[in-house]
Amino acid sequence: VDSSTVRFDVPSTDPSTQPFWDAAAQGRLLISVCHDCHHRFFYPRPFCPTCWSESVGWLQASGRAQLYTWSVVYINDLPPFRSRVPYVAAIAELEEGPRMETNIVDCEFDGLYVGMALEVQFRAESGVPSIPVFRPAA
Amino acid sequence: VTRKDRAVAIVGAALSDCGRVDDKTEYELHFQGVSRALADAGLSKGDVDCFMSCGTGTLPPVDVVEYLGLRPRWFDSTMVGGSSWEVLVEHAVAAIQSGFVDVAVLSYASTTRADLKRRLRSANLGFSPRGPAQFDAPWGLTLIAKYAMVARRHMHEYGTTIEQLAEIAVSTRRNAALNPDAYYREPITIDDVLSAPMMADPFTKLHCCIRSDGGGAVVLTAADRARDGARTPVWILGTGEASSHVTMSEWGDFTESPCARSGRDAFGRAGVSPRDIDVCELYDSFTSTVLLTIEGLGFAAKGEGGPFVEGGTLQIGGALPTNTDGGGLSACHPGMRGMFLLVEATRQLRAECGARQVPGARLACVNGTGGWFSSASTTILGVD
Repeated sequence: VDSSTVRFDVPSTDPSTQPFWDAAAQGRLLISVCHDCHHRFFYPRPFCPTCWSESVGWLQASGRAQLYTWSVVYINDLPPFRSRVPYVAAIAELEEGPRMETNIVDCEFDGLYVGMALEVQFRAESGVPSIPVFRPAA
Repeated sequence: VTRKDRAVAIVGAALSDCGRVDDKTEYELHFQGVSRALADAGLSKGDVDCFMSCGTGTLPPVDVVEYLGLRPRWFDSTMVGGSSWEVLVEHAVAAIQSGFVDVAVLSYASTTRADLKRRLRSANLGFSPRGPAQFDAPWGLTLIAKYAMVARRHMHEYGTTIEQLAEIAVSTRRNAALNPDAYYREPITIDDVLSAPMMADPFTKLHCCIRSDGGGAVVLTAADRARDGARTPVWILGTGEASSHVTMSEWGDFTESPCARSGRDAFGRAGVSPRDIDVCELYDSFTSTVLLTIEGLGFAAKGEGGPFVEGGTLQIGGALPTNTDGGGLSACHPGMRGMFLLVEATRQLRAECGARQVPGARLACVNGTGGWFSSASTTILGVD
């Protein structure tokens, strides 16, 4: 397959997740919260994955997180990642509890450690949704 | 040993051409595997009333059923990654024990290596970024990176070293050296593993499974027919299956494989424990896969897998001979290795393995891991 014209990093948003992506475009990170059992979760669903209540809403996260684990990716032949290598693939644990897949940017690879304090920023590019990524906290 | 009439055994097992297969399609490999496995069992095409396969075609397993000219009255194509074959064993056992069918064939084939060479596919997998995957696609967590993250978290929590993980690759290569059909047979050292090209840190190329072509099939039937078969029946003593996650942020503990649950079921149903096992075939997509599987199944306590594998534990002749054919790390890995685990375990229990035979092997533990610890399935096999 000729994948040179496709890119594999663009999320297909849907009505149930659009508020998340709209907020990201404004530099805000949203997670979901259940009004019945108070569970906080990510990724968003229009119901609580713990108690199945449909009374759920959005909560703006602080953007502060800790590094749960990571890997520096040297090989990825899919666009646009093949022009981004090496990059840091990571799991961030938000201060509010839920975890997110992410990238760590503006960092020294050798300086990363589990538990490192992180803060959110947004990767903006015209024509595609704004993507939350993290950098070492100031 | 007396067994109930509907106890189920593997009565035939075979591989298709494996390694570098440039002159055959995936479908031809299915025909090779299935016809060889039936011949091994002393059964024929007309005996097959249940067929299970996934990974090939548009409406699996109908494409392969059509190609082979079969007419099964029960089929299944449960697709949960490389553990699918162990899951399908559990489903086939249920189909046979219920009395719906008598002879089940499970088949796998893939020409991943040849397809890559012909540029029919990309090296990295691209998935549709819809639904939950919209919260995975943007960040490029490659398959290797997902397993490398597991290694890193285990190293952080338990002090496991990269050298201990490398030892798994070294031991597996030693086993491969005894298998004339293994893809790579030259011995390697821990230093070789550490100094190989970096893929997704801390994993170099030698922490990762190889890419080959290949396939295989197994034939299952109930005790009444199994006893009259051409080969020693390899009894399916216990099975289990468990799922965990597809989206990595949903995985609660990156050091725990779902095999902790599938293994508990399989050992419990078999009425045996890890210390009874003579030989293991454990999906080794990456060195971290083996580490978490050894702990999840209870061969080592949680967090102690690193020290456990030191000193050649997993080699033939070691305390827990594992991946005796050389595994996915050295012998054969077309993409969903679970089938090869079943074929090798069957051959070990039938004492057909020549230089790589584990002497006196009577009880085997097989564990498939699918996706990125997304699913696991455990099969306990034994001979009378």
